[in-house]
Amino acid sequence: MSILINKNTKVITQGITGKTGMFHTKICKEYAFGAQCFVAGVTPKKGGQSYEGIPIYDSVKEAKAQTGATVSVIYVPPPFAAAAIDEAVESGIDLVICITEGIPVRDMIRTCYRMQGSKTLLIGPNCPGLITPDEIKIGIMPGHIHKKGPIGVVSRSGTLTYEAVGQLRELGLGQSSCVGIGGDPVNGMKHIDIMKLFNDDPETEAVIMVGEIGGGDEEICARWIKDHMKKPVIGFIAGVTAPPGKRMGHAGAIISGGKGTAQEKLAVMEECGIKVTKNPAEMGKTLKSVL
Amino acid sequence: MKIHEYQAKEILRKFGVVTPRGIPCFSVEEAVVAGKALGGPIAVVKAQIHAGGRGKGGGVKVAKSPGELETYARQIFGMQLVTHQTGPSGQKVRRLLIEEGADIKKELYVGMVVDRGTQRVALMASSEGGMDIEEVAAHTPEKIHTIFIDPTRGLLDNEADEVALKIGVPPTLVPQARTLLQGLYRAFDETDASLAEINPMVVTGDGRVVALDAKMNFDSNALYRHPEITALRDLDEEDPNEIAASKFDLSYISLDGNIGCLVNGAGLAMATMDIVKLYGGSPANFLDVGGGATTEKVTEAFKLMLKNPNLKAILVNIFGGIMKCDVIAAGVVAAAREVKLSVPLVVRLEGTNVELGKKILAESGLPIISAINMADAAAKVVEAARG
Repeated sequence: MSILINKNTKVITQGITGKTGMFHTKICKEYAFGAQCFVAGVTPKKGGQSYEGIPIYDSVKEAKAQTGATVSVIYVPPPFAAAAIDEAVESGIDLVICITEGIPVRDMIRTCYRMQGSKTLLIGPNCPGLITPDEIKIGIMPGHIHKKGPIGVVSRSGTLTYEAVGQLRELGLGQSSCVGIGGDPVNGMKHIDIMKLFNDDPETEAVIMVGEIGGGDEEICARWIKDHMKKPVIGFIAGVTAPPGKRMGHAGAIISGGKGTAQEKLAVMEECGIKVTKNPAEMGKTLKSVL
Repeated sequence: MKIHEYQAKEILRKFGVVTPRGIPCFSVEEAVVAGKALGGPIAVVKAQIHAGGRGKGGGVKVAKSPGELETYARQIFGMQLVTHQTGPSGQKVRRLLIEEGADIKKELYVGMVVDRGTQRVALMASSEGGMDIEEVAAHTPEKIHTIFIDPTRGLLDNEADEVALKIGVPPTLVPQARTLLQGLYRAFDETDASLAEINPMVVTGDGRVVALDAKMNFDSNALYRHPEITALRDLDEEDPNEIAASKFDLSYISLDGNIGCLVNGAGLAMATMDIVKLYGGSPANFLDVGGGATTEKVTEAFKLMLKNPNLKAILVNIFGGIMKCDVIAAGVVAAAREVKLSVPLVVRLEGTNVELGKKILAESGLPIISAINMADAAAKVVEAARG
């Protein structure tokens, strides 16, 4: 078991003929069961062509009808990426993973509004994607550092997720699934949404939750964990040293109006029974201590 | 991206928001001429810098005569204005706004931001105008009224009216307040703003609702579709290092410590600063070289860090995913040679092609201190910075 995706998942790549789309689709296809998972690509006006043996269609609707795919991953450039999400939602895709960084917030406000009441789940934008080790990788993370196992990982950051996974690997601990929910202020699934899935996944025994400054999603998740989570969770929040009012790389990583500090998040997480570490080199060790 | 008050007012006027008449000035002489052109008995001299808190810092003065106006303009123009947002060295005043005076009966607050929780634009309004809204939120949160605006319908008449009444706009002036609030929202929406604030919005003695101050920030991801906003950028107001960094697509923020950090990925870059601090050091900067760092980018990153006279050591922390460790190692070696590195360099590499990367560093002949993990790297760089 795993969450959201496994070796039987069929994926459409939106923006498959762009430089980024081509590069990552090839690597994802080569990972584990990727060859059977990546069944279609979409680029308007390039229907009928193919890339790496993957047929390309003009629209998501057509790609879905022809292949039965239920998941899409988006590498479309920022000015057109929100419209690509809209297209996937309108086509009835179950899960959309938007890797694109730099989408205007105004576009995402409208896209999230349109998604209200739809069955489609969105991960990202501005995220590394997600992976179920030894089965399927959808996104830009290095596959080789992962291995199958009982730990769930959810994070707003890309490389910091790799850091957590690398530390787990050193300790011989594999992962059920690792989800990068992305660094944008207006996005799809939050920590809490992923945490609920890990809670229900029989294969996941414990979870690493990695957050960062900005917003209040980690606090919302922590309060839910306190009341509902059946498995141990450990946490790290990046940005204890971040100055207020400055955007730390990610569009959503900003302390505004004194809100969204790492200290505040860590305090709430601790209150809610999450074992937190202030040392990013000890995420793996801290997780092992709660098993 | 931030802009000046006078620029924000120019934008807001296009959307029907009433502001005092005013003229931006780039010298004391221009200010004197502007005062005459406005012609009223009272004029306000307002320093134009991007930071808030200008009034408290002595950057806003009310002049009751042309002589006073010139005196104040001389005082303020060119001064290092220190506010709670500028840092101790302050910001040099290079532009003034000369505005007609207003007969203020009531000071109110209205502002808009993107609310992450509801994923909508939030209108916040309060009867406590002229105060820092964060202070109001902390001490008297019941005085702040918030509406989350439906992106397809915009700010509705009844919503605007209700907010106006709640914050104490006299009933006869509610239609004026509605025009201002709806104009503010349309300006926010159509320019891809990330923040718009009118503090204070005033009710005047002659029965008008006026935006006495204005502040707007914009979503940098959306600037590509707003050349008219991009043109308002004032580089004098920005950190020169951050400007240089943005030219090379590096995400850089100056801090006050002495350990330079070069990292790939924003989350890992923040975590690297945190661990440096945890081990007793102090980070000199946030620097994310991104996913596709080339030798050129790494070299520029080194140059930026080395401009800092306080710099005592550099920590490179890379978790190579798509970015291969051998590529980054070659970049580090080339950069260290080109910039004639004058401080100790600690490098921690992990991920794709890590062995190859370490070999390149070891064989370079450069005095690079190699670290096996983040903790080791932090301990070593803190020690190196102590000399």
